[in-house]
Amino acid sequence: MTTQRAPSGLIGASIRRVEDPLLVTGKGCYVDDIQLPGMLHIAFLRSPYPHAKIISIDTAAAKAMPGVVAVLTGDDLSEHLKVPVPSIVRGMKIPPQPVLARGAVHAAGAPVAVVAAESRALAEDATSAIEVEYESLPAVADAEKALEPGAPLAHEEFDSNVCYTVTKKGGDVDQAFAAAEHVVRMHIASPRLVAMALEPRGVLASPEPMGQGLTVWLSTQGPHRARADLATGLGFPEHKIRVIAPDIGGAFGSKGPLYREYIVAAHLALKLGRPVKWISTRSEDFLTTNQGRDQAMTSELALKRDGTMIGLKVRVAANLGAYLQSNTAGPPQRMMAMAPGCYQIRNCHVEVVAVFTNTVSTGPYRGAGRPESVLNIERLVDKAAADLGIDRLEIRRKNFIRPEQFPYKTGVGVEYDSGDYGRSLDEALRLSNYDELIRQRDQARKRGELVGVGISTFVEPSGGAGFESGAVRVERTGVITVLTGSSSHGQGHETAFAQVAAEKLRVSMDQVAIRHGDTLAVQQGVGTFGSRSAVMGGGALAVAVDRIVEKARRIAAHLLEAAPEDIVQADGGFAVTGVPEKKVTWRQVAGAAYGRLPKGMEPGLQETVFFDPKREAWGFGAHVALVRIDRETGSPTLEKLVLVDDCGVIINPMLVEGQVHGGVAQGLGEAFREQMLYGDDGEALTGSLMNYAVPRASDMPPLVLGETVTPNPFHPLGVKGVGEAGCNGAPPAVANAVMDALAPLGIDHIDMPYTAPKLWEAIRQAESKKRS
Amino acid sequence: MFPANFGYVAARSVEEATELLAKYGEEAKLLAGGHSLIPAMKLRLASPRHLIDLGRVPGLSGIKVDGETLSIGALTVHADVASSDLARHRLPGLAEAASVIGDVQVRNRGTIGGSVAHADPAADFPVILTALDASFVLQGRFGRRTVAAPDFFLDFYTTALAPDEVLTEIRVPLPSSGSGTAYAKLPHPASGYVVVSAAALVVRDPSGRCVSAAVAIGGMGSRPQRAAATEASLHGQPLTPEVIAAAAAKASEGTDPESDLYASADYKRHIATVYARQAIETAASRK
Ligand SMILES: Cc1cc2nc3c(=O)[nH]c(=O)nc-3n(C[C@H](O)[C@H](O)[C@H](O)COP(=O)(O)OP(=O)(O)OC[C@H]3O[C@@H](n4cnc5c(N)ncnc54)[C@H](O)[C@@H]3O)c2cc1C
Repeated sequence: MTTQRAPSGLIGASIRRVEDPLLVTGKGCYVDDIQLPGMLHIAFLRSPYPHAKIISIDTAAAKAMPGVVAVLTGDDLSEHLKVPVPSIVRGMKIPPQPVLARGAVHAAGAPVAVVAAESRALAEDATSAIEVEYESLPAVADAEKALEPGAPLAHEEFDSNVCYTVTKKGGDVDQAFAAAEHVVRMHIASPRLVAMALEPRGVLASPEPMGQGLTVWLSTQGPHRARADLATGLGFPEHKIRVIAPDIGGAFGSKGPLYREYIVAAHLALKLGRPVKWISTRSEDFLTTNQGRDQAMTSELALKRDGTMIGLKVRVAANLGAYLQSNTAGPPQRMMAMAPGCYQIRNCHVEVVAVFTNTVSTGPYRGAGRPESVLNIERLVDKAAADLGIDRLEIRRKNFIRPEQFPYKTGVGVEYDSGDYGRSLDEALRLSNYDELIRQRDQARKRGELVGVGISTFVEPSGGAGFESGAVRVERTGVITVLTGSSSHGQGHETAFAQVAAEKLRVSMDQVAIRHGDTLAVQQGVGTFGSRSAVMGGGALAVAVDRIVEKARRIAAHLLEAAPEDIVQADGGFAVTGVPEKKVTWRQVAGAAYGRLPKGMEPGLQETVFFDPKREAWGFGAHVALVRIDRETGSPTLEKLVLVDDCGVIINPMLVEGQVHGGVAQGLGEAFREQMLYGDDGEALTGSLMNYAVPRASDMPPLVLGETVTPNPFHPLGVKGVGEAGCNGAPPAVANAVMDALAPLGIDHIDMPYTAPKLWEAIRQAESKKRS
Repeated sequence: MFPANFGYVAARSVEEATELLAKYGEEAKLLAGGHSLIPAMKLRLASPRHLIDLGRVPGLSGIKVDGETLSIGALTVHADVASSDLARHRLPGLAEAASVIGDVQVRNRGTIGGSVAHADPAADFPVILTALDASFVLQGRFGRRTVAAPDFFLDFYTTALAPDEVLTEIRVPLPSSGSGTAYAKLPHPASGYVVVSAAALVVRDPSGRCVSAAVAIGGMGSRPQRAAATEASLHGQPLTPEVIAAAAAKASEGTDPESDLYASADYKRHIATVYARQAIETAASRK
């Protein structure tokens, strides 16, 4: 498909990504591709201990090595250099966050010293010449253990490991549980996951002459936020910093915050007057980049005997790791805000206890609290159905928020805009040939095989967290520049946003350039995370385009000597209504805008919009999974996965499919293989791709994708987000299928990931229990 | 991810390589495909001061029949073993083992000699080569010797190679007609290396009775182990599914695997019997 197709019908067309030809031919430009004259490289000496006092550091030998320009420890740096962490929960504890350790380390991988040298290899050599004496301290890795009385303290200066506790309540939970005819109780833990962007983190900081300014190339999801945090962390004026996000090789949430290495690199660049580069190694990424999930839920669902859900209690122990990044505290809140899922549960009590441990910090990772929440409620619902002997479709349908109830305020006080959960479930059942799957399962069961069918229904909140900006400028020659604050890191903004702008401006896509990722070029912006780009960036763009069209209409009216009400949009410009041959092109309109305009009209043709719909967009979906488990080896096979997603109006179906595929791949990683493990003392046990199993393309099963379209009534384009849908819905569908397969053995819950040895062990124990 | 500084020499002959090994002693390492050595250097688990590259030594790669033996040059890459017609027809188990090593890139660079010299207890070749009774030709400064598999693989990452020796050739006896070979592997979901694997060589008489069997199990200890009890149970028996299953059930006898993060010792002992059965069944079905 070409980008020169007719402008109408662009929204909704499966147009190939315009960014791909460059990327797939190796012509992308990532931070590490940028080489500047006189550039220095830095390497960090990192703590091998999860928790230790630093007794002494000797850098003399490292400083004396040839090619070494500077060696710094925490004591060499001003105390003002620190990672800025906003207090997002009243009273939350914020541990000291020096950019290099001072006196103590609280996680393995914490940077203790930095070396700047003429090459990275020299810098690495010099780090191994630094002598550090540590005194190991007791450490804790597991959030629930960290809450036990007498547990080691992750930070000695605090009196407990609790960072914050927050509660969301609605209705009267005690009364609901008192009135309950059945209560389901479960403990469900979501595994800790590694975001594993293909491109590790990286920064290149370059001072402008005379210390006037600083240009920073950063592998980030949000250059403007990074700039503000860098200004704060560094104590350098924000308006003199330019942050550029070049091509980014994936992030999945992990490249949201401003990490300490970036502050160190910028500090050294200013101090030494030379460009300074740091690119994380994969091993460093394992030890220093925000990880995801690791929430343990203790949950109770109160029901009437007929399956009506009347109350929900959830206590979440959320593992934050040792150090807070700017967004570490976020995902548990997200978990909480969607705890009742798709269901009308009026009485809710959800408590999050966010816990420090001596592990890598956690933070948003694709889903960011959503997958934990969906897993929790969908496992509870399945167990409730099994306990009460009610069909799991029936129990869901009975409790779904109904289409006519929207906008609907849930039991935790959050308003969903729109939805039709029954329709989405029906579509998933239809596409999966559900009755036939159940028949197959039952026959297989009779043969003694372990086969299960699982369902999940879920919401996918998108768009939250502040505003997004969009600027549209018609240039002198009539071509259009879009500046979006929604900085892409692989999602396809250049394609999708061009489709929107081109359709609305009635021009071909190649007349529109989407620019982002440079704080000097783009007005203030936020960035890409939380399934927000189409909703927030798309919304800002749509409103800006509308404003441009209005101004251009008045200019066209002037040029065509007609009343503005009589001017209509035509391909490539404007025409007088009913007189199509009386028309002007965008070039003519722009010529006037930058040339001669009648009195009272402001020159120029540019509109900047800061868009904040003040509400999130709630996408949703239903997934169906068929899993077979080999009884002899425990090995699970996902034989079928059907995914129906509703993200409102679809701008580009191919991009939506891509997002679902990617989310599902990561969701299946969580379900079957991925888990970052720590020893009891905080030692990272799976800090390498040799033992941390990410799914590969060849691990993907065949997928069946379907859709329903429930336009977002509160959005100018009618869109909702979809970036996290796959990893929200697929893991619980798989979990429910695995548990369905194991139900005949009397097994009612196992936590993910479902590896063959784990399932085999569970099967073996269940069988021996049955025999005895 | 950044190796310590090292020097590099491309040897022009095996003799030169052995001279250089003698000269540099402990500080030198031979470099073949680099797919075990370079990762170890990048993690600074190995920091040789000198690399002696075998890659340009002529005559060290290729597969040919030499009498009743398949001769494989030490520098032959995994992909060439996997796709070799000779291997696939005469020793399909060997081609099978080569084809499940790592990924395409690894198979295009890694060499059979490097794999066995490295003697990773989770590697594939040592297992199949143990079942096939292979031997290894080692060339030193003062001569060459041939060492049989049980005497070659000594311990974790330890072989009979002396510090100044180069492995030049792997010799695999070609089985008589009426025999079959096979390899079955449970790969680790992250690394792709062996969790547990089984290799089998089954020799039948015309009636289908087992004349002799060799079964090797990998992943259960510091080096491949022959499943003696399994082999004995097959000996002289008709190769029915029941006989094979009963024999395979003894495949873990005498092993003492370690539990690791992925699989418990119990699981490994169990899965060894499953993969042994699969390997024997496949070998028995091959003509
Ligand atoms: C991502 C990845 C996945 C892998 N997966 C698997 C797998 O599933 N199964 C598996 O078995 N292997 C696997 N490997 C290892 C791979 O097979 C290596 O190629 C092999 O182990 C080493 O062979 P090489 O030619 O690369 O040797 P090198 O790395 O060059 O050398 C390895 C060691 O052997 C020595 N050496 C090499 N050649 C000789 C010689 N001729 N004489 C004496 N000493 C010699 C070297 O000095 C060095 O100590 C994997 C490797 C990678 C990187």
